[in-house]
Amino acid sequence: MKADQTLDCIGLYCPMPIVKTAQRIRELEPGEVLEVLSDDIGIKSDMPAWAEKTGNEFLGAEEEGGEIKVYVRKAGA
Amino acid sequence: MNEESMTIIVFSDDLDRGLAAFNLANTGASMGMKVSMFFTFWGLGVIKKDGSAKGNKSFMQWMMGFMKRGGAKRLKMSQMHMLGMGTATMKSLMKKNHMPSLPEMMVLAKEQGVKFIACTTSMALMGLEEGDFIPEVDEFAGAATYLGLATDSKVNLFI
Repeated sequence: MKADQTLDCIGLYCPMPIVKTAQRIRELEPGEVLEVLSDDIGIKSDMPAWAEKTGNEFLGAEEEGGEIKVYVRKAGA
Repeated sequence: MNEESMTIIVFSDDLDRGLAAFNLANTGASMGMKVSMFFTFWGLGVIKKDGSAKGNKSFMQWMMGFMKRGGAKRLKMSQMHMLGMGTATMKSLMKKNHMPSLPEMMVLAKEQGVKFIACTTSMALMGLEEGDFIPEVDEFAGAATYLGLATDSKVNLFI
């Protein structure tokens, strides 16, 4: 999946990936996609929950080795 | 957009409980929730300035203040403190795993707009004044203030 910005959270545990996502998403334009890299398996359910609560769109997750990539689109477009 | 609120009563000054409280506060704030933390009784120790508190205090209060000098950097694990070894091990494990320390979590919470409220009754009991606390405390209030927030909140926790 193509992303407009990438946030590397490898090695960080809850709540840091979500907190950093919340901070970074402010820098995106509405409609842009943020890719978040994590090796914390909790992100697969944390990110959809966060997206739902904040009104952003969870686009999906890809897994490669131990690395998980989740994609979120900023709302407001 | 999310309009939900969360309140957390921080009753304890254990390091592990403090971490749990701030973990939840930070996560809630990152999800757009309005988060208020009410520090009462031993919980005041989490928001105390480092070092000894000043102010007019009776001998009993002074003793209590000395034994419980508090400040987020000094807090102990609720279990396995082991005269300091357990707490030190825990802090070292956290650092190795890139987990923020309690003071760092508190800074993060402030950046995300979490409100810190100190319980005035507990302060009076322990002989503490406003100047004994970190400047990040937003309000000095009582249970009515807390319950006013809690009745409107979706999530209310006692830690």
